[in-house]
Amino acid sequence: MSSEATAAADAHDDHGHGHHGPKWLAHHFDTPAQQFDAAKLGMWVFLAQELLFFSGLFVAYGVYRSWYPEMFFAASHQLDKIMGGANTVVLLFSSFTAAMAVRSAQLGKQKATGNFILITIVCACFFLVVKYLEYTHKIHAGLLPGRYFHPHAEHLVAGAPALPANAGSFFGIYFMMTGIHGIHVIIGIGVLIWVWIRNNRGEFSKEYFTPVDIVALYWHLVDLVWIYLFPLLYLV
Amino acid sequence: MAAITTTPGAHHDDADPNASFLEKKGLMSWLVTLDHKRIGIMYLISVTIAFLLGGIFALLVRAELFTRGQTLFDADTYNKMFSLHGVVMVFLFIIPSIPAGLGNIMLPVQLGTKDVAFPRLNLLSLYIYWFGAVFGLYSMINGGVDTGWTFYTPYASSDPAHGGVGSATSVIPMTLAAFIMGFSSILTGVNFIATVHKMRAPGLTWRRLTLFTWALYATSIIQILATPVLAITLLLLTMERFLGLGIFDPRLGGDPVLYQHFFWFYSHPAVYIMIVPGMGVVSDILATFSRREPVGYMAIAASSLGLALLGFLVWGHHLFVAGMSEWATMVFSALTFLVAIPSGVKVFNWVATLYKGSISLQSPMLWALSFVFLFTIGGLTGLFLGMLAVDVHLHDTYFVVAHFHYVMVGGTVMGFVGGLHYWWPKFTGKMYEEGLARIGWFLVFIGFNVTFIAQFIMGSRGMPRRYYDYLPQYEIFHQVSTIGSWILGLGFLVLLVMFIRSLMNGKPAPRNPWGSAALEWLTPTPPPTFNFVKDPVLTRGQYDYQLATDDELYEGFDDPLFPGLRGGKAPAKKAAAEGDHG
Repeated sequence: MSSEATAAADAHDDHGHGHHGPKWLAHHFDTPAQQFDAAKLGMWVFLAQELLFFSGLFVAYGVYRSWYPEMFFAASHQLDKIMGGANTVVLLFSSFTAAMAVRSAQLGKQKATGNFILITIVCACFFLVVKYLEYTHKIHAGLLPGRYFHPHAEHLVAGAPALPANAGSFFGIYFMMTGIHGIHVIIGIGVLIWVWIRNNRGEFSKEYFTPVDIVALYWHLVDLVWIYLFPLLYLV
Repeated sequence: MAAITTTPGAHHDDADPNASFLEKKGLMSWLVTLDHKRIGIMYLISVTIAFLLGGIFALLVRAELFTRGQTLFDADTYNKMFSLHGVVMVFLFIIPSIPAGLGNIMLPVQLGTKDVAFPRLNLLSLYIYWFGAVFGLYSMINGGVDTGWTFYTPYASSDPAHGGVGSATSVIPMTLAAFIMGFSSILTGVNFIATVHKMRAPGLTWRRLTLFTWALYATSIIQILATPVLAITLLLLTMERFLGLGIFDPRLGGDPVLYQHFFWFYSHPAVYIMIVPGMGVVSDILATFSRREPVGYMAIAASSLGLALLGFLVWGHHLFVAGMSEWATMVFSALTFLVAIPSGVKVFNWVATLYKGSISLQSPMLWALSFVFLFTIGGLTGLFLGMLAVDVHLHDTYFVVAHFHYVMVGGTVMGFVGGLHYWWPKFTGKMYEEGLARIGWFLVFIGFNVTFIAQFIMGSRGMPRRYYDYLPQYEIFHQVSTIGSWILGLGFLVLLVMFIRSLMNGKPAPRNPWGSAALEWLTPTPPPTFNFVKDPVLTRGQYDYQLATDDELYEGFDDPLFPGLRGGKAPAKKAAAEGDHG
């Protein structure tokens, strides 16, 4: 819009198209800082979206719990607090290792970064295995939601309050919440593996660790959602 | 003007970076492109096809209602026709139309940047949209849906195949289609927010953004915060139909009103996803064709954000007769009236912009003026519906149908088509026939008003919406409305022909056919792949006509109907400007 543009444009000429700063700098960004900031902001905005996505389920939970508190109390006794508690500890720990992976990446320690990501992935897999065991037990006990809700008394937790007829609603919400959370865990494992491979290739450095950072952000959200799910579902 | 000289930047790949973004040929060059302009054009083509499809459904609905009783098809088919009209127009056309279509093309150009922040995500959003559209088409081939576009439960969630009492049509593919397309909308929103925050050209401060950019920014916020709620709602609905979950169906212990709360928590803000970008387009067009800075620039920008915020607080007004506490209805009614404030701020500022502006009534301006006029009617009739006592009578009548069509067609579609006219020369490099464009505009404007004024009248007299048959006293209004729909359809047909003729043998467009001072008109037409030959630096606002040089404003500037009218330059002033900027 003015002659100032000429000077600025000349300064930009040498990052024209092709030779354009470090090779990890995408063509449409001017500086590494701009690229990092954009990625980080984009991820935070995406996480806001994730929260709203889960919020519908939390509202449904709140509505049904306020309507049928006894049913929620009785039905939640069918969930295994030990398994749920173990998963909570494991996820919290994995969030710590994810944060340590970012820290190591920032310091340029490629090996440590890889190890921390690997521990995070192992924790995530442990979480899924426990979830699988829990789900199997629910299926055996006939606690699938909706028209598949046919509780078998012999498989239910001994000594728990009797299940009211409408307990299917609780398990509907339980399976939707933990199921969607589980899908997020699976996606998390996928992106963690992707970052682990890129780290092994040596693509990250003190200057460029954006993917590690934003994947860790995502992983913290997965952890955070579970931190709410565990007490709401298991510890009624 | 040095910002846009033709000195090429240093480059080391084969392609000339200053070649037009349309230069590369071949289908694959489009399907794997990361260029926001090409992605935007593919979006435009997709939404145009959706618009034609939805328009055919609308014409069929109107034709069926031409006479009482059966005219063309039976009641079940009629239910499917109006449902598909709604679903296609809302999810496939209007939501992506301006943001993902025009916005994708123009936003980075208006920001003076090479691309959106996440080009791959941008392409992914288009593929997700297509993937969702496939589900929608599958549902249609399977017989479509008869639930209305709102998928109200328990009708939509109770499957007769499993002993339910609801709709036997192909609901699950259609709700999944809307679910999937929601993610396309979310990704576009994420992309635009990061782009506006982080990718602005040097000198392009927040106060220098175009009002279109402001509108897209406000829209993106709504897309991110509202769409996921629809996603989870439709997922719950799908699972309820599939598994009998018992969240929304009272027979299974669920609550249908909860569904309506969830649904409208998205779908009311979605109204602003539809209208706010249109408002942005109109703000830009009014400024250009009045040749002045919009009056109350910051007020218009802030009112976009105000609408985004208020949009989240008024969903309850869709449920006034569905069973809410009196307190809740009163609060929602009061909040609904607040929406009139930012809307009024916009309309008054637009009108004030026209006052003493140097107005030229070219086709984009005709659409923008139509928007102001029709949106005002649509907005004011919204107040009738926000009023509790009046709403009890008008709820679910044709008055509501006419009201939201005045906002969505009179508003968004006018804005969309106006924006298409406005930016068409920039991104296609071709001019269109102004005479044909004006005929098309005239037919659409007349046809639209004939169609929907009749609906206002019959609605206020008690004609319920979505009815297959009606009493004799409504016949005349239905017939007028149907005739109006034919004029409307003809108008859009003329526009389609006009745009296709322009593509085939339109005259090459000059750099700045409208004489606008905004940044996008300073780059070559059509722009190079990276939008500008040299990275622009802004030393003035985009509406600062008093600071723009004659070269920036008048190069290639011509009135298509009156050649030579504005072609001249002022040599003395030009020399002075060159002296200043040297």
